[in-house]
Parts: sequence; C-alpha cells; structure tokens
Amino acid sequence: MVVSLSHYLIVAGVLFTLGIFGIFLNRKNLIVILMSIELMLLAVNINFVAFSAFLGDLVGQIFTMLVLTVAAAEAAIGLAIVVVFYRAHRSIAVEDINELKG
Amino acid sequence: MIAATLAFYLFSALAIVGALNVIFQRNPVHSVLWLIFTFFNAAGLFVLLGAEFVAMILVIVYVGAVAVLFLFVVMMLDINITMVREGFLKYLPVGLLVGGILLAELITVFAGWVMSDSADVLRAAPAPDPSAISNTEALGLILYTDYIYVFQAAGIILLVAMIGSIVLTHRTRAGVRKQVIGDQNARRPSDTLEVVKVESGKGLQ
Repeated sequence: MVVSLSHYLIVAGVLFTLGIFGIFLNRKNLIVILMSIELMLLAVNINFVAFSAFLGDLVGQIFTMLVLTVAAAEAAIGLAIVVVFYRAHRSIAVEDINELKG
Repeated sequence: MIAATLAFYLFSALAIVGALNVIFQRNPVHSVLWLIFTFFNAAGLFVLLGAEFVAMILVIVYVGAVAVLFLFVVMMLDINITMVREGFLKYLPVGLLVGGILLAELITVFAGWVMSDSADVLRAAPAPDPSAISNTEALGLILYTDYIYVFQAAGIILLVAMIGSIVLTHRTRAGVRKQVIGDQNARRPSDTLEVVKVESGKGLQ
C-alpha cells in the first residue's frame, strides 16, 4: 500500500474545506477566521509540496516559501487591523464590523 | 515502506484532528494551540515528501512567529468566550452545504489525478538525486539564481507588511512623556541660561 499523490491531495482538500467551514461557522471571533485562512494556506502548501515531490520539480517548494511569506504578512496585517478595530469598538465580532456597507 | 505509510496516515489524521479543533474550540487560545499542532503535523508530512527545508521553515515561521503573534493578540484582547458560540447553529447548515460540496468537488478532482506523460519534460527545475545533494542545497541553488526576483519580492512583501502593521497600530497617547532627541540636540545654552550682573547689596528683585 503505497502512499500516492492523491492521498496527499485529499488530505490538503480536507484541510482546505475545514478552513472554509471555519470561516462560515465562527461569526463572533475575527481571529478564528484569520486562523481558518492560515489553514487554507497550509492546504495550498501541502498541494504545492506534494506535486513538487511526485513530479520531481523543485519550483513547487520555492513557491511554498513564497506562500509562507505572504501568509506571515497577511497574519501580521490582519492582526494589526483586528487590534485597531478592537481599540475603537471593544469587539471583534463579525456582525459588528458593518461600517463599510454602502 | 510500511513505516512511511503508517507515518503518512498518522500525520494526516492528526493534522485533520488539529484543524477540526482549531474551528470548534470555544477558547481562542486553545484554537491557536491546536493550530500549532496542525502545523507540526503538516511539517511531518513535508518531511515524508522529502522537503525537509520547507518543513523546518514551516515550523520556524509558523510556530515561532505567526502562532506566537496570534497568541499575543488573543491574550491582549479581552474576548467574551461565552458568546462565541452564538449563531453557531444558524450558520451550520449553509456551512455544511458549502463545505460538503467543495469537499466532494475537490475529492473528485484529486482522487483520480494522473500526471501527463509530457509533464517530465516540462519541469522547470528538475529535482536532483537526493543522495547526491541535500534538499536545502538544491533549493538554495535555484532560489538565489533562477528565482532571485521571487525572493526579492518576498522581501518587499515582508517589508511592506512590517511598515503597514506598525503604521496601523501606532498611536500617540496623551499624557506620556517621551524623549525627543531632536529637541534635546537643538537646545542651546542661550535658550535656558541667563547671565545676570547682580550689584552688591541689592540682590535680585
């Protein structure tokens, strides 16, 4: 029973779906939504590395590092926005963030 | 071979358990700790795939930096945990529907994945023999030559993110005495000192 490419891709697919699921379910806490986005980026990384390993092409791993960089930048900016919003409104619930509508 | 297969199932099952806990934990601090757990298991999967460098980077960057950042912010903000679960059941059906459809689609696409015969020729950077050169060295050889612009772009992204988050969270507080180096350097003796000739026996005023 050899682990094939499809095994890794399905694990990544499940992780990605859980990330989407987390975004839908957590309406009270913006930070958990950011964590769900991190999960989705991790799933993308697993896909990149799996393809890289099974195809024998190193570029996938290079781009994994780029995705990692973007994920770190996104976490930093996102958390900064959360902190600023919390200072102004004393809440980070998603339904309280409605000032930008139309 | 059997050990590698077992390790794959162990790491992937634990990663999925960790991801489930990230979503369903009531306390955001626990969510962050489960996120760290998930990333460790994903790093294990990367090691199994032979991408040791990316695995170690994942542990260092995510566990060492991003997760600690999340922990700081979660602990800094005073979040009401009791109301976190409100509206959970309301969004469960649509979440399950969208998630289920997406998962079904992803599995249909991924389960029968077959590499094209011409894929081998189209590789941009064929991986060298792992016994001759280590993964880290092979990555470095192409990252700093063929992909130098990608590398520089990553640096610029990090710089912009750093400046952005500092600008966003910086605030001037009232009532805080702060050292202003410019003011100190611009100070001259003539601004503060006055030489007065005092006549004897009279005093000042």
